[in-house]
Amino acid sequence: MQDSYVTADGRTIGATVMEMKNITLRFGGVTAIKDISFDIREGEVRAIIGPNGAGKSSMLNVINGFYHPQEGEVWFHGKRRHAMKPHQIAKQGIARTFQNIALFKGMSTLDNIMTGRLTHMKSGLFSQTMWWGGAQAEEVANREIVEKVIHFLEIQAIRKTPVGRLPYGFQKRVELGRALAAEPKLLLLDEPMAGMNVEEKEDMSRFILDVNDEFGTTIVLIEHDMGVVMDIADRVVVMDYGKKIGDGTPDEVRNNQDVIDAYLGVAHD
Amino acid sequence: MTDTTTVGALDTMPRLLARNAKAYANTPAYREKEYGIWQSWTWGQTSEEIHALALGFLILGVKPGDHIAIIGRNRPYFYWAMVAAQSVGAVPVPLYRDAVAEEMAYVLDHCSARFVIAEDQEQVDKMADVMGDLETLEGVVFLDPSGMRKYDKSALFDYRELQQKGRDQEATLQAELDKRQATQGPDTTCVMLYTSGTTGRPKGVVLSNYNIIETSKGTCEFDHLVAGDSVLAYMPMAWIGDFIFSIGQAYWSGFCVGCPESPETMQADLAEVGPTYFFAPPRYFEGLLTSVQIRMEDAGRFKRWLFNTVMNHAKVIGPKLLDGKSVGLLDRMKYWLGGLLITGPLKNTLGLSRVRVGYTAGEAIGPELFDFYRSLGINLKQLYGQTEASVFITQQPDGEVRADTVGTPSPGVELRIDDSGEVFYRSPGAFVKYYKNPKSTKDTKDKDGWVATGDAGFIEKDNGHLRIIDRAKDVGKLKDGAMFAPKFVENKLKFFTSVLETVVFGNGKDTCVAFINIDLTAVGNWAERNNIAYSSYQELAAHPQVYEMIQANVEEVNASVAQDEMLSGCQIARFLILHKELDADDGELTRTQKVRRNIIAEKYDDLIGALYDGTTSIFTETEVTYEDGRKGSISATLEIRDAVTFARKKVAA
Repeated sequence: MQDSYVTADGRTIGATVMEMKNITLRFGGVTAIKDISFDIREGEVRAIIGPNGAGKSSMLNVINGFYHPQEGEVWFHGKRRHAMKPHQIAKQGIARTFQNIALFKGMSTLDNIMTGRLTHMKSGLFSQTMWWGGAQAEEVANREIVEKVIHFLEIQAIRKTPVGRLPYGFQKRVELGRALAAEPKLLLLDEPMAGMNVEEKEDMSRFILDVNDEFGTTIVLIEHDMGVVMDIADRVVVMDYGKKIGDGTPDEVRNNQDVIDAYLGVAHD
Repeated sequence: MTDTTTVGALDTMPRLLARNAKAYANTPAYREKEYGIWQSWTWGQTSEEIHALALGFLILGVKPGDHIAIIGRNRPYFYWAMVAAQSVGAVPVPLYRDAVAEEMAYVLDHCSARFVIAEDQEQVDKMADVMGDLETLEGVVFLDPSGMRKYDKSALFDYRELQQKGRDQEATLQAELDKRQATQGPDTTCVMLYTSGTTGRPKGVVLSNYNIIETSKGTCEFDHLVAGDSVLAYMPMAWIGDFIFSIGQAYWSGFCVGCPESPETMQADLAEVGPTYFFAPPRYFEGLLTSVQIRMEDAGRFKRWLFNTVMNHAKVIGPKLLDGKSVGLLDRMKYWLGGLLITGPLKNTLGLSRVRVGYTAGEAIGPELFDFYRSLGINLKQLYGQTEASVFITQQPDGEVRADTVGTPSPGVELRIDDSGEVFYRSPGAFVKYYKNPKSTKDTKDKDGWVATGDAGFIEKDNGHLRIIDRAKDVGKLKDGAMFAPKFVENKLKFFTSVLETVVFGNGKDTCVAFINIDLTAVGNWAERNNIAYSSYQELAAHPQVYEMIQANVEEVNASVAQDEMLSGCQIARFLILHKELDADDGELTRTQKVRRNIIAEKYDDLIGALYDGTTSIFTETEVTYEDGRKGSISATLEIRDAVTFARKKVAA
């Protein structure tokens, strides 16, 4: 295990929280991920980049336990992790957002973010239906956390608006809100800035950095916009055709010949 | 009601606060929505918060006469900061929070501010940018610490920590605070506000305790504002109106000030607070009416019929009821029924159902607009004022409300119109001076205390109401000697929902020409209903059918202008629709959204040239500034159209 260190902008990067060891993932005859190993350290912003179809989203699904790799091991907090059900994954303190927004369109922003608190709710069906005893106190406590998320993301004005009526950039923000409401230790973001304009990207970058900074949340993100990735990530894994072709700080990756070839194309002889 | 026998002691804001803390100890003074819940502070709690912050200021080393700048949106904490500054003998200087760093730097430098109270990271960053150039600026007190955990805190102070330090050291500091307050009186400066200025650099208007308190007292009595009333504070804190409503009048009568959760939630918060006393600029009321009209156009046929039937009846009866005129029993019942079905719920949605006194000012307001709100039973009135007068110069008394005048002189105000038509006033609220600017002070206020408003107007003979025509300096003459008053025409044009803003030129020329800004909401909705596709503001603005519609509006205005004896020369001969919205960030509007005529004329001189030389289209490129200060440019080819003008009405010999 490596020692913790302090970044140039004053954040502390701790010990390894998750380690991927020789992961291989196949769908029938198609190999999505081939023998990939890398680690994620506490408090860092870890980016996964690569061209379309490189296997980035599959990698994210392996990290959160949704896919079970045929080969290799996932180590989480120093223990080998075995196959789990989705709710068990959520309880481990891992939350995520999706490439294609997956919100409840007919529900308000508030209710959508409230669903992020589900894993923290303990009161029974009876108590909840009757709005009595524990359920009431629990809802108040959860609502307070949700309101803090709303405040943090500056979406007070759309608190009661059904998310289906919101513009795309706001929907992305609500989705981040739902993930944050779960108070995750590890936050997975699948293309949080896809389809956004420059201003929305800047806002989103600021929120991601603030989450990392204020709450010390470890963040793994997939992103296409190289400028954004190079600006906000501490370390970057580069994938191409399911293989890892680079891993390191943004500067190291930027100067890696394999990465340049993968992105700019190379003459096949 | 206020005990008038103690008025002698109520001559500073801190003394008014002390009175309120006793007299209204347990009634709410400030409310703010935060984390989705309305938080409130009683006058007793408000007094304690301000006291703690004042002690904190003493720890910082604030001296009497220092200026403390306040940059933030309407939040109780900043209103407290103003009175806390007054408590220690300093002068609060609220700034426009959306101003760019350089604009702020000018003001901070001009008033030699030593401390700034800033809302959040955004404002602190602006201060960090300019701090190096400002010799006097020593520290920034911030309210919201998020994002600033790793900032160098040597010149940064947390608002709440400062209050806590103040509380901890109360025993040792109280004597000093008492001593400072004892030396204050009616002549002590209460606040300094920078006028946005349609020309030149902003000027610091110095207002004394006497100015603010006498004005507040007179106007509270005029409109019977008492401790049970409430307002929503949402206009910029740097604007005199907000200071008078949210501090002056609030402290005098002890009413409650509500603060919205965020600028975007204002409309929803308004509906929740339901204020009894409400101010909004005409733009706001226009926007609200437009949104109601748009939603009614989208409604089903029955609902639309019901709405129109009720509103047509209410338009006749509503104003009569407000003015206390006699109304038949049947009409009263119909109006009541309409209230039950339409006007009541509508008022509630708009957040205006409890409004007892509503004011608008700043720009002329269209008769239709006025009638709409008054027909709902909302007592909407007009006032005329400026920063230099502590707002109030004239206002409309209940029962004497008209769309084309701004009312009779406010309590204690004397009016005079000079030969050129310019309006002068003398009042208790008339400002002390412009800070560090004796020349401007002398040009504006004479030795007898008469202040020039810069507006041209006249007093109507039969009812004593003041009517404003235009800015005195904008009033000119056409080549043939006819009077030219651009605002007169602009206001008529702006009464059309499709027109957001317009600038008319013509001084010294043969004819008048106009720039027009379309209203994206209204025209966009119209385009949608008429299957007109567009991808941008620019494209919509240049659409031939939009031009047709605007041309019809312009010609209608010309027909109406032709009827005016004095101003019939101001008909618009040619016009164009601008490819961008006039914007304060580009310097085209003031921060209070007033048109800066000369700057626009200079910036678009190519367009004005084309309007006068007869060409029918022109290519132009315009620089635009984004809110963060970056610049870009947009280009477009604009069409220029001729409009039909009408024969001038002959001036009666």
